[in-house]
Amino acid sequence: MRVALFVTCVNDTLFPNTGKAVVSLLRRLGVDVDFPQEQTCCGQMHVNTGYRDEGVRLARGFLSVFGRYDAVVSPSGSCASMVREQYPKLAAGMGATRAKAFTRVHRGRTRFAEAVAEVTPKVYDLSEFLVDVLGVTDVGACFPHRVTYHPTCHSLRGLRVGDRPVRLLEAVRGLELVPLPQADECCGFGGTFAVKNAAVSAAMCADKIGHVMDTGAEVLCAADNSCLMHIGGALRRQRSGVRVMHLAEILASTEDLGARR
Amino acid sequence: MSRTFVGMPAFPRAAEEAVQDSQLRFNLRKATHTIRGRRAAVVDEVPDWAAMRAAGKVVKDDVLRNLERYLLQVEEAVTRAGGHVHWAADAAEANAIVTRLVEDTGHREVVKVKSMATQEIGLNEALAQAGITAYETDLAELIVQLGDDLPSHILVPAIHRNRSEIREIFQENMARWGRPAPDGLTDEPATLADAARLHLRERFLSTKVGISGANFVIAETGTLVVLESEGNGRMCLTLPETLISVVGIEKVLPTWRDLDLFLRLLPRSSTGERMNPYTSTWTAGVEGQEFHLVLLDNGRTRVLADEVGRQALRCIRCSACLNVCPVYERVGGHAYGSVYPGPIGAILTPQLRGTASELDASLPYASSLCGACYDVCPVAIDIPEVLVHLRARGPHPAGERAGMRAAGWVFSRASRLRGVQRVMSRMRRFVPRRWLPGPGSAWTQTRDVPAVPAESFREWWEREGR
Amino acid sequence: MSSSRDRILAAVRAAVAGAPEVPSAGPHEWVRPSGGLLELFVERLRDYRAVVHVVPAEEVRATVAEVLGERRVVVPEGFPPDWLPSSFLRDEPPLSVVELDRVDGVVSTCAVAVAETGTIVLDGGPGQGRRALTLLPDYHLCVLTDNQIVPSLSEAVAALDPHRPLTWISGPSATSDIELNRVEGVHGPRTLNVIVATRRTTAPDSP
Repeated sequence: MRVALFVTCVNDTLFPNTGKAVVSLLRRLGVDVDFPQEQTCCGQMHVNTGYRDEGVRLARGFLSVFGRYDAVVSPSGSCASMVREQYPKLAAGMGATRAKAFTRVHRGRTRFAEAVAEVTPKVYDLSEFLVDVLGVTDVGACFPHRVTYHPTCHSLRGLRVGDRPVRLLEAVRGLELVPLPQADECCGFGGTFAVKNAAVSAAMCADKIGHVMDTGAEVLCAADNSCLMHIGGALRRQRSGVRVMHLAEILASTEDLGARR
Repeated sequence: MSRTFVGMPAFPRAAEEAVQDSQLRFNLRKATHTIRGRRAAVVDEVPDWAAMRAAGKVVKDDVLRNLERYLLQVEEAVTRAGGHVHWAADAAEANAIVTRLVEDTGHREVVKVKSMATQEIGLNEALAQAGITAYETDLAELIVQLGDDLPSHILVPAIHRNRSEIREIFQENMARWGRPAPDGLTDEPATLADAARLHLRERFLSTKVGISGANFVIAETGTLVVLESEGNGRMCLTLPETLISVVGIEKVLPTWRDLDLFLRLLPRSSTGERMNPYTSTWTAGVEGQEFHLVLLDNGRTRVLADEVGRQALRCIRCSACLNVCPVYERVGGHAYGSVYPGPIGAILTPQLRGTASELDASLPYASSLCGACYDVCPVAIDIPEVLVHLRARGPHPAGERAGMRAAGWVFSRASRLRGVQRVMSRMRRFVPRRWLPGPGSAWTQTRDVPAVPAESFREWWEREGR
Repeated sequence: MSSSRDRILAAVRAAVAGAPEVPSAGPHEWVRPSGGLLELFVERLRDYRAVVHVVPAEEVRATVAEVLGERRVVVPEGFPPDWLPSSFLRDEPPLSVVELDRVDGVVSTCAVAVAETGTIVLDGGPGQGRRALTLLPDYHLCVLTDNQIVPSLSEAVAALDPHRPLTWISGPSATSDIELNRVEGVHGPRTLNVIVATRRTTAPDSP
């Protein structure tokens, strides 16, 4: 099986450790993972901010880069959801702009729609790939810390990963998982929402970090670094002492149990 | 009610003000969390909710696809049963029709059942200009009317008020509108409800004209349906000699049997009850009543013409999307500048009114796209999809446009992205963690910036990963 | 000049021109409650804080008398003579709204009752009267027989005639307008009392 890592532009640029963690985790589980270097961005920011044409251009790029793989794994629920949930809507919605020359648009639309139909079902969030494709929940990790998990909106309501991440975390040796109150509520990131409606975004984030601190966890875990960048940025600003970590980094961890206790 | 939403600032500014109102935040949090729990409990006990939701979507899609046929059926059935049907292209025409109908009765007072359509067209203000007084009779509408306030929720227009504020409004203003509040009024909800009963009783018994909307109009039979809780609806629908119902053209259901499904979907999604206390159905004038139906377009045909956006017309005004929306919970309804607040308002208002005003253009961005609204919608309106669709229509600020174009240029080749990453890594020590200039300052007001790594993932991969 | 009617209909037609037809939803069959309909109906009604009595048919009259006590009630035309209280008012000639507002209560039958939602439906048929009768008095006693209870809304909608004015009642008047908490009692009857007559000789729940 040819497996590609779709690391996402945000992780590539700002959170390389997450990408490294995915690579080491998958290799530990015997998966030969490739990183197609022509990859850049799935186009989510453009599409969700209202720049559909630019977004579709990037989506075409994505499809051509990843089309030749059997599975595409991403450590971002949001970007995986963009590809799997929103690409088909983009393909369907391309008819909504009736203005352009019909045949050209129609042909382009068909090609795009075909590529979308072919590639998107092979795109997985990391937890889905581990649990559904590899069939593992115990990945052999060890992480002796008190952790709470925030299930991020696009993993939860876009991809519907359900309790897969929680099952993975529960199988980690030494890890104490504490439930996060109001876990399914949005943290307020929302891409450009965080700056376009900064006051509301901050109010949502304040409630989220309140809940995080109520758990007494040392580490807040999520499967999306964008949300963690937002929540973690606020936690750090408040000098809360709570660290944020991507799910992949915890699952890749083989910290020695004895070293801490 | 003299206040209107006209001239409100764009959503981000109004929202910024609203989030600072701690009393409002507290009231909204309490109310939305209460109703959220109630809805979840009664929806969870329905084993085939997902199938009902899917059927609700299909029935409403059929209505929208074949709307002309269904509207003609409504007209025919209502007329055959002895009612009168009027068509209003916009708010002004609807208001003129209703005003004339009231004037024809010779009466100067009307009692009203809570209705979104009449709020949308500003009927009360139009009637007031003609010297006709409209009395709102739903408890929450009464609170809004007495407080010279604006509605902030579809189901509970006074959701932004808590019990002690309501008590104050009753004490100060009831006398101006009729029977004063009883002495020694407390803020117990039961006592407040009792005060409303006393205040309106006389009005119900004496007023000869009633005005309502409708939750549903059955095309097959011409039957109108109103769901309510307090009995004010029954009073307004039953006691007056003349009944005028103003109904949006999308409110149609094809057949009487479809009511089964929608009575299952609406109360559970709306008030979180298995069934609301009172539902009234009537077909044209019953028990000697004179009945007028005003079918309202007011932008709906424009919404219908948009392939993606038209799903907003499936809305049955349950307000479940408001109650789960994290943005609505923190901001309240007023910031949305329309009688339709919350997620559904963010997609409906800009479609009904267009995006000429700064406020209406800002509404599609009043969401983090978290998707909670779509999950609870009983007719499966994909609100995030419509939000993104409306965002694509623009207009976009020039600075943002340039930034997005630049980002698109960088992302269109991996080599460009790699170049940018290299520059960032070299400059990493100069990137401030706590303060960014320009639009970035909106981020750093409350959040630190992540440290830029010494090398990007792709550089690591080139070096070691392969 | 075309009328608004024609313009709206033309706009509707143009808006969906060329759109694909919607596949038919087909007839809906929903999961219906299984088991004891009477017990479910009573439980759901009580959940709305209605006062419910279940009695054998032969005890209805005594129960009616007992729950009414001294109340001065109006009884609509067609109410079963076997169940009548000892004294009552008739709506004949029709009482004025002011008179109706002053009576203590109303006693009625219903057209159908729904177990799943705890709903009674009035259609103006025998023993139910015009709509104002069961609206203005502050107390409403509804007497029905257990064979009038259907499992769910589907059966009720199928059984009812949309050309009659219908009132679907689920508990006493209530509001959720203050802090979204349910409070019983606003404009409609603040007390809803329901007596279900069973054909069984022993009642599962006597008052």
